[in-house]
Amino acid sequence: MSASSKPKIAFYWCASCGGCEETVVDLAEDILGVVAAVDIVLWPVAMDFKYKSIEAMPDKSITATLLNGAIRSTEQEEMARLLRRKSQFLIAYGSCAVSGGIPGLANQFPREQILKFNYEDAPTLGNGRPKTRPQLKFAEAGREVSLPELHNVVRSLDQVVEVDYYVPGCPPTPKLTKAAVTALLEGKLPPKGSVLAPDIALCDECFRKKTKPTNLSITEFKRPHQLLADPDLCFLAQGVVCMGPATRSGCGSQCTNGNMPCTGCFGPTSRVRDQGLKIMSSVCANVAPKEEGDIDKVLAGIPDPIGTFYRYGFAKSMLRRKVNLQANGK
Amino acid sequence: MMKQQANGEIRIGFYICHCGHNIAAMVDCPDVAKYVEKLPGVALSRDYKYMCSDPGQELIQKDIREFKLNRVVVASCSPLLHEHTFRGATEAGGLNPFFFHMVNIREHDSWVHTDRKEATEKAKALARAAIERVAYHQALEVKRVPIHPDVLVVGGGIAGIHAAMTLANAGKKVFLVEREPSIGGHMAKFDKTFPTLDCAACILTPKMSAVGAHANITLWSYSEVTKVDGYVGNFTVTVKRKPRYVNEDLCTGCQECIANCVYKEPKFADEFNEGLGKRKPIYISFPQATPQVVLIDPEVCLNFKRGTLTDKCKKTCVEACGEKKAIDFKQMEEIKEIKVGTIIVATGFQTFDAKRIPQYGYGIYPNVYTSLEVERLVNASGPTGGEVMLRDGRHPKAIGIIHCVGSRDKKTNRWCSRVCCMYSLKLAHLLKEHTEAEIFNFYIDMRTPGKSYEEFYDKLLEEGVHFIRGRVGEVTDWAMTPEEEGKLVLRVEDTLAGFVRRIPVDMVVLATGLEPQADAQAVRRMFNMSCGSEGFFLERHPKLAPVNTFTDGIYLAGACQGPRDIPDTVAQAGAAAAEAMVLIDKGYMEQEPNTAYVLQEECSGCKSCIPLCPYTAITFDEVKEKASINEALCKGCGTCVASCPSGSIAQRLFEDDEVFSEIKGVLAYE
Amino acid sequence: MNKEWKPRIVAFFCNWCTYTAADLAGVSRLKYAANIRVIRLMCSGRVDPQFILDALSKGADGVLIGGCHPGDCHYVEGNYKLLRRFQMLKRMLKDLGIEEQRVRLEWISAAEGEKVKRVVNEMVGQVQKLGPLGIPQKFEEWDKEMEHFATQVAEKDAACACACAERDKPALATA
Repeated sequence: MSASSKPKIAFYWCASCGGCEETVVDLAEDILGVVAAVDIVLWPVAMDFKYKSIEAMPDKSITATLLNGAIRSTEQEEMARLLRRKSQFLIAYGSCAVSGGIPGLANQFPREQILKFNYEDAPTLGNGRPKTRPQLKFAEAGREVSLPELHNVVRSLDQVVEVDYYVPGCPPTPKLTKAAVTALLEGKLPPKGSVLAPDIALCDECFRKKTKPTNLSITEFKRPHQLLADPDLCFLAQGVVCMGPATRSGCGSQCTNGNMPCTGCFGPTSRVRDQGLKIMSSVCANVAPKEEGDIDKVLAGIPDPIGTFYRYGFAKSMLRRKVNLQANGK
Repeated sequence: MMKQQANGEIRIGFYICHCGHNIAAMVDCPDVAKYVEKLPGVALSRDYKYMCSDPGQELIQKDIREFKLNRVVVASCSPLLHEHTFRGATEAGGLNPFFFHMVNIREHDSWVHTDRKEATEKAKALARAAIERVAYHQALEVKRVPIHPDVLVVGGGIAGIHAAMTLANAGKKVFLVEREPSIGGHMAKFDKTFPTLDCAACILTPKMSAVGAHANITLWSYSEVTKVDGYVGNFTVTVKRKPRYVNEDLCTGCQECIANCVYKEPKFADEFNEGLGKRKPIYISFPQATPQVVLIDPEVCLNFKRGTLTDKCKKTCVEACGEKKAIDFKQMEEIKEIKVGTIIVATGFQTFDAKRIPQYGYGIYPNVYTSLEVERLVNASGPTGGEVMLRDGRHPKAIGIIHCVGSRDKKTNRWCSRVCCMYSLKLAHLLKEHTEAEIFNFYIDMRTPGKSYEEFYDKLLEEGVHFIRGRVGEVTDWAMTPEEEGKLVLRVEDTLAGFVRRIPVDMVVLATGLEPQADAQAVRRMFNMSCGSEGFFLERHPKLAPVNTFTDGIYLAGACQGPRDIPDTVAQAGAAAAEAMVLIDKGYMEQEPNTAYVLQEECSGCKSCIPLCPYTAITFDEVKEKASINEALCKGCGTCVASCPSGSIAQRLFEDDEVFSEIKGVLAYE
Repeated sequence: MNKEWKPRIVAFFCNWCTYTAADLAGVSRLKYAANIRVIRLMCSGRVDPQFILDALSKGADGVLIGGCHPGDCHYVEGNYKLLRRFQMLKRMLKDLGIEEQRVRLEWISAAEGEKVKRVVNEMVGQVQKLGPLGIPQKFEEWDKEMEHFATQVAEKDAACACACAERDKPALATA
């Protein structure tokens, strides 16, 4: 008797934090419905597995793989390619897979600098003397053991393999996840390559929209820790950068409901090619002064524009990476 | 990569123009045509000698029909010149005119580069960009803007007067706003005009009266335009009417008030007479002033203290006015708002400040005069009744007239002021007539370009006026010989004779040049115009559109655009009036359909765009909770499009896809 | 690149001032470097930062933006909005490792044909010294790290596929 006639689903995690896995768990009682309807063949966080068993599956035998996390190591790249072959639908799940996510910000630095800091220079290290780095190959008990290598460039999933659908969010909400899975199971999918979130900016569903003035003119920027934010007023009106106008809705505006500005995890709408540039264009055009010096003073209130405007999308930005970094090595 | 559009297969007709030798000399046109022929979407690719000619335009039309083209690209001169022409040809061929795109390979390529290979490569890159872009073009309709029939003429000199009269006679309602208490401008100060020696007042004052009396002209003198809002066909202009302290409607111009002022004698420097004469606190600028209404200067009138009403004077003027009760010390500044469809700017010029050339002694030696001052001296209604009398009371026996004061000089103004040679000749003649003195004209070149001007110069030569070719180095009162005692000596290199001379005279006349008004920059900003590098208002094109500005509906007339004489000024004023009439009589103007539009489904109502529009074309629809653009107000700058953080505003003719495709095309060719 | 590299600069000129000034430079037959390609927009306020970075990412070695002088914008204040965006963009370009001289904003009025010539020549000279930016080439180089690995994986997969086919044959038969 064949294993099941239920569709096979796989979850896999690459360079991620585990939050996307939490979302699946957060489906709470709905998860039972999911588990009943599908056959989960891979879920590293919850079930043990071996590479060999994946490799052994016939191509396209997995109905859908929800892959979260950015691709930044050779192992992650290998698994992405493997799961692409084995899956009918490969879904980039969560901001890291969709656009590189927070790991994508590593594209501002050379790989060597990152490794050096984490394994040698960080003040909280207890790495012994001399400080050791993970080795790609080393001998252990008479055998040669290898470790994956960190790539120089952090990539989104679709910069490595072809992706069928994108479920954005850091993490995606349970509601969005359930909708995506349901659509899959019912065969009611939009055109290939679609982002499974509304194609309209967050302000559409944010309760603070009605308090946003129509004559916004910013004289000072404040970061969230620099003020006691008014719980009802639009963040931009308070001088706090909110990515909402440049970010898809569908998350239920949880951040703004929680008195924090939107940081852009649902990514841009389909009409925008670079989310960071667009929000920058909008927010800066609304700044009050007209003289260079005065403008600079106001803009100094955003000390880290890359980190602010490209928080989740740097790997998919137009330039992808700081351009004067080496292709390889240092 | 074939672009599949909603409208099916793209078939582009590409034409590269030789423009005679203008393009072909530097760009290998057949080579470009061959390159473009192979690009995706191109159905045919031709090179041709003169695309803008009738045969060229007909070729496009024929090709559209024969080859079933649905896009047209022409690589030739600047779109600012012929985009309209080729859009017309495209439309005549049966296509929507906006399926056309133009490539500038003349002004931006063949005329500015020297390497044929590089220029050809650049042409290929630019052509490619257009090919990529035009595939995204959509069918668009020109929008029509209605034109308000009233006209505003700013400035009541001869230019403004003539423009206003022309329009008023054509039945249009004209507002003529003049900053001084009377219209007439500089021409009212002249004595005689060259070359005919007509009396300026005799030819000007009938026109001034006609303006004052014309039913269709609302004359607001002693008034200034302070704000201009709106756009062609629909301007809202704010005019500040300064207080004369005299009611214009009640004053009959009898001037009894002036005669009976507590000041028995005029005491204050008279502006109209260039400070050479005196007036009382209550005065009329000159006898033929229009309107014939007096005014009171609050800085010197005893009823005021430094401009503020104290009401402490006997007010014999009010008594003299009697029943007319025209004097009103409580009169306030009035702010008026008018709606007009077109505006003619005729704000004139100012003369060069001779003090900027101290070596000529103006303001240092009392007997150095500017040409305008001399106009007043020789004028019968001037401060001396036409008697040429120096400041110390003497009559001059020798007079030196220095040409080009302030003009043709890198240190002051580089340009030639065009009228100074002629008026210096005229003044030479008038001064000789009035004084029988020996007259010396010091010139660099003699510029006599107009009708009968050279003949006028000949006449002066016959009259025995001395002409010395040389730029005067200095005017000094330091005598080197007994003959020079008490005289002003002009030191000059006589370049025809070949040596430096010292010419002693009693009176020096400086032919000061023409320059833009002191507030030209502020004025042009108000009307959204540009200035040229010299500071005069900039015309749209020196040959094809000399009276238009870059702002539709605003025209230029007279010396505010550049130095010119009266015949040219009047001609230009007529031209400006005609241009305004074109719009008014047609009733509408066609506007380029490059407006922005909100994608209603996609707009999130984030309100980021609302504060950006200077025309308040974008408003927030409270019901739909989305942005909404009023197309009639949108002028197509695209600022909101660049700002929209979710890409939910687009601009016709400049869609994101169109620009991105141009970027791609321009870089596709290495 | 097999031929000698020459800088390619994409320019965004506003219709009313800068584009007209460039036309004036042409009419005056001023001569300047040919490395510049002009894209016409109605106002410098239309310049979306996406255009600038797109040009760089597609191979431009520099981007020049021309607008009206502050206070003179044909559309009143479009150039101010651009200026505000540009001040932030400058900082971001620095963080992204792009030399300041590669992206330049100039205010050029309709009468300043001379300035167009001067600015273009100056910028081309500076970019020539900086050398090619070559972002498309950089993308290719960066992605080489995957190329090498992809072949490895493909080989491994091919080997494993054979092995799987062998192993699965009897299993499928009995199912």
